[in-house]
Amino acid sequence: MALDEDQTGPASARPQTSDVPGTASAEPDTDTELDVIADVPELSGSLGEYARALAKNIRSGESGVLPVLGGLILLVIIFQVQDSVFLSAGNLVNLLVQGSVFVLLGMAEIWVLVLGEIDLSVGYVAGIGGTVAAILSTTHGLPWYVAIAGGMVTTGVIGAAWGTLVIRLRLPSFVVTLAGLLGMEGVLLYLVNANGTGGTIRITDSVLIDLANGNLSVAAGWILMIAAVVVFGGVTFLRDRHRRVSGLVAPPVAISILKFAGMAVAGVVLVLVCNANRGVLIPVQGVPYVVLIVLGFLALWSFLLGRTRFGRYLYAIGNNAEAARRAGISLGWNKLWAFTLTGLTSGVAGIVYASRLGSISNNIDGGTLVLYAVASAVIGGASLFGGRGKMVYALLGGLVIATIYNGMGLLGLAASYQYMVTALVLLAAVTIDSLARRGRSAD
Amino acid sequence: MSVVAEDRATGGDPAGPGGAPLLGLRGISKHFGAVHALNHVDLDVPAGQITALVGDNGAGKSTLIKAISGIWAPSGGQITWDGAPVDIRTPKEADQLGIATVYQDLALCDNLDIVQNMFLGHEALSHRLLDETRMELTAKQTLADLSVTTVQSVRQLVGSLSGGQRQSVAVARAVMRDARLVIMDEPTAALGVSQTAQVLELIKTLGARGIAVIVISHNLNDVFEVADRLAVLYLGRLVSSGPIAEYDPQRAVELITTGRSADDPPDTRPDTTDAEG
Repeated sequence: MALDEDQTGPASARPQTSDVPGTASAEPDTDTELDVIADVPELSGSLGEYARALAKNIRSGESGVLPVLGGLILLVIIFQVQDSVFLSAGNLVNLLVQGSVFVLLGMAEIWVLVLGEIDLSVGYVAGIGGTVAAILSTTHGLPWYVAIAGGMVTTGVIGAAWGTLVIRLRLPSFVVTLAGLLGMEGVLLYLVNANGTGGTIRITDSVLIDLANGNLSVAAGWILMIAAVVVFGGVTFLRDRHRRVSGLVAPPVAISILKFAGMAVAGVVLVLVCNANRGVLIPVQGVPYVVLIVLGFLALWSFLLGRTRFGRYLYAIGNNAEAARRAGISLGWNKLWAFTLTGLTSGVAGIVYASRLGSISNNIDGGTLVLYAVASAVIGGASLFGGRGKMVYALLGGLVIATIYNGMGLLGLAASYQYMVTALVLLAAVTIDSLARRGRSAD
Repeated sequence: MSVVAEDRATGGDPAGPGGAPLLGLRGISKHFGAVHALNHVDLDVPAGQITALVGDNGAGKSTLIKAISGIWAPSGGQITWDGAPVDIRTPKEADQLGIATVYQDLALCDNLDIVQNMFLGHEALSHRLLDETRMELTAKQTLADLSVTTVQSVRQLVGSLSGGQRQSVAVARAVMRDARLVIMDEPTAALGVSQTAQVLELIKTLGARGIAVIVISHNLNDVFEVADRLAVLYLGRLVSSGPIAEYDPQRAVELITTGRSADDPPDTRPDTTDAEG
């Protein structure tokens, strides 16, 4: 509290800056998320007042996702100027697929970061998820859904185990999950060596392969996008109207319409990019399944974090555990669920990871993955001190990292540069955040 | 101000000095090992009145309110609620009776807004989801009832509020949950002049709404400004209690610092029967 670590970011009022293709995938759910959190600052009837309220929020350090969005756009421009392939449909889709693992891991990390805890094991836990799925599917010949469920349940249980240690024995999550990082690497090595050949387990099930490599049909992409925009736009619109009818301050109608339009434009851009033929010899087109998976989890987790008691309690515990306890909130159960969801989401990331490579190997770098996971969340705007973070932060942060990874690869720069640039971006993100906050406390 | 005064005059105390007090303490003791933190304390707290609990550091004020709010059970004595004997063993039991304690640290979450803090732990749901509209309307209504007008928006983060506003939110949270007795621990400590005035006004409003209030304070100016009744603790004993009109600051200071007053007849032991003046 002394650190003044508050809040979940203001910005339901964020203007639409969606038309940069590189960020297109972010947009539909960015907006949903922001509304889902119902984080309506002091809004008022007229457009002018609305804009002023927004400007005031930004000045006072509640800039929400604006800095990271700006950074993302800047990166996209830099890479596009350096290499015109960057904004090609093929590369953008590739970027989205590359980013999916970072985003999923970042979302996994958000659950515990909101509590003020951390999970350093998500990289190798993800590896375990992929490995269990691969073993169930390839070694035991079980159907894909059993493999996926098995992987997710395993990692969920692992997360719950960390949570139990942290809650029951009051151990610091940093240490528990550091042990988890080491231990799970060992378990992963053991499982892969015992069940695979030459240090890898191949994935042969076509559904599992398609998770990260298959695409929706062109028509299905459009239909799903339109359905999503109508549902999310409709919900936003209805809620704003409900607030107005109830006599509460709500965003002006124009803003509601603007949100809806922005969502629609972003959705159209995303589907257009994905539906463009990006094949070299044979046509390849359609929205990758993995984009759906990421957006699906983003919507689901945002909903859970922003619209339920459970989510509310996580924010409360993360900021002031004593206050939460006095309010009658069970610290233990809520923390346990958060750790479990971290494990489970990591498992999803691991399954996607294995799917993309077509196999899971014993040299998966879970150590780097966890750093990317934390970096995604923090670049997006989550606080390591707890109480502040949204799922959409992981999406934006993960996209930033994927953009660096992808763009520098296109430029033919070595991995060494990629790490250094990522480090600078991470520092820049926390610096901007820190400066913005200082501005507010001086208010 | 004048409205509040009228309220207090007309509808102030449903169970006033005539009827059974809302909360009664009879011979409440609390010792920690050999240390007697509370020694046979008798006190009546009527509804609709503001009882100021004063005493020097270590006089037992905190121990007493902790016994009332269920943090720890008294070693001896009986608590009555609406005239009936009750046991208050846990904060939850106190809560169920309608006793709300606003501690000095207020127990607010800075990263949540006013509405979210007021409903923390008791969120309104519709279809198992948070019903933000209903909560916001209720919160606004409660704040309006308490004449808290200084907050711009109930969707402001509590971290951005002033000390007085934070106090108001903490009190409003208690009132919204139908508290019948609100205990406030040093509500004006660390507040500036105008903030203090705000909080005192709020305390008066609580009294005017028929809520019993116990205020712990070191600030006698504040005490004489808001209190209807005064209770003085000295080394674990209740040395004096009664309507505020029976006291002046001079006498109060004597009671707080020495446990007796020159105004007291020499042969009477310090008043422990809470006799009316």
